[in-house]
Amino acid sequence: MYLIKDIEEIAPKIKKMVLKAPLLAKKHRAGQFVMVINTEKGERIPLTIADKNPEKGEITLIFQEIGKSTMEMGLRTKGEHVYDVVGPLGKPTHIEKYGTVVCIGGGVGTAPLYPIAKKMKEVGNHIITILGARNKDLFILEKEMKALSDEFYQTTDDGTKGRHGLVTDELKRLIEEGREIDLVLAIGPAIMMKFVSLLTKEHNIPTMVSLNSIMVDGTGMCGACRVSVGGITKFVCVDGPEFDGHKVNFDELLKRQAMYKDMEEMALKKFLEELREKEPCGGHHA
Amino acid sequence: MPDRKWIPQPKKPRTPIPEQKPEERRKNFKEVALGYTEELAIEEAYRCLQCKNPLCIEGCPVGIDIPGFIRHIGEGRFEEAYYTLKKYNSLPAICGRVCPQEDQCEEKCIMGKRFKPVAIGRLERFAADWFIQSGKKERYEIEPPTGKKVAIIGSGPAGLTCAGELAKKGHKIVIFEALHKPGGVLVYGIPEFRLPKKIVEVEVEKLKEMGVEIKTSAIIGKLYTIDELLKEESFDAVFIGTGAGLPYFMGIKGENLNGVYSANEFLTRVNLMKAYMFPEADTPVKIGERVAVIGGGNTAMDAIRTAIRLGAKEAYIIYRRSEKELPAREEEIHHAKEEGVILKLLTNPVEIIGDKNGWVKALKCIKMKLGEPDDSGRRRPIPIEGSEFEFPVDTVIMAIGQGPNPLIQETQPDIEVKKWGIIKIDEEGRTSKKGVFAGGDIVTGGATVILAMGQGKRAAASIDRYLKTGEWK
Ligand SMILES: Cc1cc2nc3c(=O)[nH]c(=O)nc-3n(C[C@H](O)[C@H](O)[C@H](O)COP(=O)(O)OP(=O)(O)OC[C@H]3O[C@@H](n4cnc5c(N)ncnc54)[C@H](O)[C@@H]3O)c2cc1C
Ligand SMILES: Cc1cc2nc3c(=O)[nH]c(=O)nc-3n(C[C@H](O)[C@H](O)[C@H](O)COP(=O)(O)OP(=O)(O)OC[C@H]3O[C@@H](n4cnc5c(N)ncnc54)[C@H](O)[C@@H]3O)c2cc1C
Ligand code: SF4
Ligand code: SF4
Ligand code: FES
Repeated sequence: MYLIKDIEEIAPKIKKMVLKAPLLAKKHRAGQFVMVINTEKGERIPLTIADKNPEKGEITLIFQEIGKSTMEMGLRTKGEHVYDVVGPLGKPTHIEKYGTVVCIGGGVGTAPLYPIAKKMKEVGNHIITILGARNKDLFILEKEMKALSDEFYQTTDDGTKGRHGLVTDELKRLIEEGREIDLVLAIGPAIMMKFVSLLTKEHNIPTMVSLNSIMVDGTGMCGACRVSVGGITKFVCVDGPEFDGHKVNFDELLKRQAMYKDMEEMALKKFLEELREKEPCGGHHA
Repeated sequence: MPDRKWIPQPKKPRTPIPEQKPEERRKNFKEVALGYTEELAIEEAYRCLQCKNPLCIEGCPVGIDIPGFIRHIGEGRFEEAYYTLKKYNSLPAICGRVCPQEDQCEEKCIMGKRFKPVAIGRLERFAADWFIQSGKKERYEIEPPTGKKVAIIGSGPAGLTCAGELAKKGHKIVIFEALHKPGGVLVYGIPEFRLPKKIVEVEVEKLKEMGVEIKTSAIIGKLYTIDELLKEESFDAVFIGTGAGLPYFMGIKGENLNGVYSANEFLTRVNLMKAYMFPEADTPVKIGERVAVIGGGNTAMDAIRTAIRLGAKEAYIIYRRSEKELPAREEEIHHAKEEGVILKLLTNPVEIIGDKNGWVKALKCIKMKLGEPDDSGRRRPIPIEGSEFEFPVDTVIMAIGQGPNPLIQETQPDIEVKKWGIIKIDEEGRTSKKGVFAGGDIVTGGATVILAMGQGKRAAASIDRYLKTGEWK
């Protein structure tokens, strides 16, 4: 059982949860994730450790309420416990001084990006950040990312903040301006990472992506998370989650992510119905 | 004092075990074999000749006093039968159910020469179940605390056995288990209908009663390295029992299509994560109308029979050799057939064919014939050229074997490994690193529950020696 020290909504449908987990806070390294089990019958949900405070023994998770499990977890309150947390999983990011690193965060992908960008900055890289979201309300960790970046850009799909367009448009601009870029780090929806990788491949810019395949155990014993990288099958949970974006078969990843779509939708619908029955309209303290 | 007189009845046929009917059990996850009643167990016990020179014992990897415990059953002294078993085997309720008896104790039983062997496994199960159901408290003889601390990595049969043996010697034991429930393959792999999870829970509870501490969701190699356990966490010795959990794939085209599972993933979703209760339990599993499992071992049989229980209409086992070579337990093959599993023998998949959305739609196979025996002594399957054929399936489950879980070896390069990442040990269960021992599937590759237990027990004896003498020659 892990105590929820704090939980708050930091953007519509995006929650930040602080858990008491001293050992994980101590052992975690940038790029690693945990599996969270919300209730006894819960799924094992992979979530990146977005931040930590080893002195206080706390880790921060930031998650999007996308299906039943994440939504149910979003309903938890401060002082309650989540059933279990396993980690730290995956290989830590290889941190070194590359020179100029472009950090691209799409939506909730900014959460896993943040601890890596922080480390990249610490070792002396010049950090150019591009954050993308559907609209201005959906940015997370904006302040934190801005603080560590040497240059900071934003894009929105609807033009309500920053450049009207996609993160790839902003990246293209930098490339066309002839900027020296030594590494691109892109974390976000698979489709975003796919297009970033296609663009950087054209220009031969090394690109690292962090994949969010469907997982069960997260320890390398099931193969649910497998992806093709350079034609070879890899397990994201133990071989990744970071891979060379130019080698990942994103189309396969996208298809595999949709494997349980119908069942997840059914579970979500049922969950929401039950929630409504428990809380008939007007049930909120008027 | 015996409650009954021993009445030898060697001529009687082997006593059948009551079972759920195939058409019924296809629809539920309850145990298939219901177990002997007291009367049936006594009847079967009387078939034992009580040999002076019991060959059956030679066939048992842990050398159980088989005529001894059978005699106790025949005389109605069930509790004594249980404690006789426990002297040799700490998990009799489990071994009685899952040991491949036909290749071990029962293969050697003299009765098998002319009639059918004594049902040693079923009797073992009976005695253990009888004790659990009696609600009696187990007697432990635990030596006074030694002040020594041992870390056990992995809570499969090897780890559980090693922990129990060392706890009896008065050492402080902490088990570290990567998953959120202890038991290893016993909980995530072998299905409920063959080994009720309650039984594993009872065994784990007993260890806790003996003072063993179990830390679940604790992955060694990630949370701590072995060096950290020895240096910072002040453990005096470490036992690695991490099993062979890494699923193999065939490397054929189409293996990453939606609808292709490793047996591990499929069984973990259903057993550990309770996907058969979806959406009450949150983890889903997808099963089509036509399911093909590749492989012929226990894992394959467990996967296909699970698929049937989840509603598969057509269930195939695809195996590249003939029925004689099927490595699964005889009883499982028999049960699988009764439940409607179709064996496609001398057949090997060459490609999995998908539809435009990335879902499995068919399996392309090639026919095989048997050639000369290979290293394993089994006749080698050879593809018959031009015999490819396709048939429609919605789900493909790969059950072609598992390799050692690599997490430990990655972070502890000073532990010597052999081919495929198998940890090297000497005849006392010692690895190349001082104070570190290993046993079970991690040193043998996928084997059996009883062999893993035997190695856990042997390692415990040498750990105890090491802790007492400090000698590591
Ligand atoms: C290594 C790793 C790190 C991650 N870190 C974070 C993080 O820091 N913050 C965060 O919000 N999310 C993160 N994710 C994604 C997160 O695990 C999923 O959003 C979550 O499991 C969805 O659960 P659910 O039951 O609410 O939704 P479901 O009902 O299971 O799914 C809803 C839809 O989401 C998609 N989906 C399901 N599972 C995943 C998945 N694992 N990844 C991507 N899409 C999925 C499917 O298309 C599905 O239709 C990470 C994933 C991985 C593998
Ligand atoms: C589906 C299936 C059916 C089977 N049926 C039979 C049968 O009928 N009869 C039979 O005799 N045998 C059977 N076997 C084989 C038998 O289960 C194994 O040989 C036996 O379980 C091996 O025991 P073990 O203790 O070595 O490892 P396991 O049972 O594999 O346990 C290892 C444990 O270590 C944990 N672990 C791994 N890495 C780490 C780490 N880094 N840190 C912490 N923990 C870790 C794992 O999570 C696991 O719980 C079957 C196997 C399978 C998969
Ligand atoms: S432990 Fe296995 S091999 Fe030994 S007697 Fe029991 S069933 Fe037979
Ligand atoms: S060999 Fe068979 S008959 Fe003889 S003691 Fe063993 S079980 Fe009994
Ligand atoms: S999630 Fe099971 S192997 Fe990666």
